[in-house]
Amino acid sequence: MAKELLKGNVAFAEAALRNGLEAYFGYPITPQSEALEHLSGRMIEEGRVFLQAESEVAAINMVYGAASSGVRTMTSTSGPGLALMAEGLSYIAGSEVPAVVVNIMRGGPGLGNIQPSQADYFFMTKTAGHGDFHPIVLAPSSVQEIIDMVGLAFDLADKYRTLVLIAGDGSIGQMMESAELPPMQPLRPEPDRPDWAIVGAEGRAPNLITSLYLGAQNLEAVNLRLQAKLQEIRENEVRYQEYEVEDAELLLVAYGTVGRICTTVVREARKAGKKVGLLRPQTLWPFPDARLAELGARVRGVLVAEMSAGQMLEDVERAIARQAPVRFHGRMGGVVPMVDEILADLDKLDEETR
Amino acid sequence: MKHEETIISGFGGQGALFAGQLLAYSGMAEAMHVTWIPSYGPEMRGGTANCTVIVSDEEIGAPIIRYPTCAVVLNLPSMQKYEPLVKPGGVLIVNESLVDIQSARDDIRVITLPASDIATALGNPRMANLVALGALAQATGLVALETVAAQLEAHLSERQRKWLEPNKAALQKGAELAR
Repeated sequence: MAKELLKGNVAFAEAALRNGLEAYFGYPITPQSEALEHLSGRMIEEGRVFLQAESEVAAINMVYGAASSGVRTMTSTSGPGLALMAEGLSYIAGSEVPAVVVNIMRGGPGLGNIQPSQADYFFMTKTAGHGDFHPIVLAPSSVQEIIDMVGLAFDLADKYRTLVLIAGDGSIGQMMESAELPPMQPLRPEPDRPDWAIVGAEGRAPNLITSLYLGAQNLEAVNLRLQAKLQEIRENEVRYQEYEVEDAELLLVAYGTVGRICTTVVREARKAGKKVGLLRPQTLWPFPDARLAELGARVRGVLVAEMSAGQMLEDVERAIARQAPVRFHGRMGGVVPMVDEILADLDKLDEETR
Repeated sequence: MKHEETIISGFGGQGALFAGQLLAYSGMAEAMHVTWIPSYGPEMRGGTANCTVIVSDEEIGAPIIRYPTCAVVLNLPSMQKYEPLVKPGGVLIVNESLVDIQSARDDIRVITLPASDIATALGNPRMANLVALGALAQATGLVALETVAAQLEAHLSERQRKWLEPNKAALQKGAELAR
């Protein structure tokens, strides 16, 4: 496949289709509506299901239904839509069916605006719905990475029978960049659907997909099994990318669009003779705690940059565990932090820890 | 090493975003890394619209920048906003048909040309974006003019096909004036 100039929203939608997406359900919301627009044509062309639901509540419950039948399914939305989906997300987690949800974050709270934001971090990693669960949360920083992560998201969702969220932001959704799409994968043939799926029970006992367990002992057993699975995910699925950390004395931690902005910050700081490195989490849950703890023991200071009031910051502070001072640079309401302002805070950290 | 961070800005409908896409396609065609990002607020026809295009030999970090190395300003509000921000040593392309103020900068290269008037003479004022893009390509040497013309041919929509040759002429004219 050759590289093409692709808009993030179109790229992740087409990548999903090529990774065997059999049914898409969604409700339009800026800044990700191009994904629906693209799939509304392409899914029909390929003879698959595209359905614009009457609301995000309906869309996520359609995803729940399709996932229960063992097909690859997804929806995509932005913060206000994700909030409406909270109930369905919890049912999907409780029922342990695989599903993928892309959230192209915009400024909040409330209706907010349509500019880039990362203020849904808490929501996605910690409180995506009621009850004890975490979805896997992937954080792309480029058009190529959101393409690759869509494939990864489906694989992880299938492997662990879990919910996978992709935490993009308006910038990644709206940006065009040269990127390569994956080759077209065939759909999973019906006989190859998972043995738990609801596909008709002729000649065998029926399968049951539910999140309702009225007995406390039963539900605790389900929870223990779920927690054991989450622990397995914690141990196996942490992903991050490092940039110039080998000899770093100061460490930047940032993800998504801010993560890639920080690669420029590192280049500029290095030109000025400062030993700065970057850790960019690619999974927000599970979080790279262990690696940050190692780095925290050997750097002078840590600077977290986010498009929020300081959400990932709390996870970084927890992981660093007071081994080094942790400072924060955050912009809100759709404002994207610029290289020079992050550099200025890096200078302050440098002075403070010298 | 080639690396330019360009902001193209004008009224909605002046084709700032399309000119930016052409620049990105051209950078790609010349095997460079590219990013294109629009200002995508609640814009409408007659409002301002801009995009940031980065074309580079090296992998691109920040896709959104405060200080561009090049700015193409197609109208007065864009001139007022971006003229002061161009990095020293950078390039500013000004559409003097719609910008009646002069740049006071002596640390950048300013190319002033009547892009809208030239476009009108070629048949359609909406080709001012291509006049300016021709000047930009010429002034920076970032991408070859032939590459831009080829990308225009590849990406001009079916509906606008009849404007292909006039657009190529606009591109050439802009380049000539930047020589």
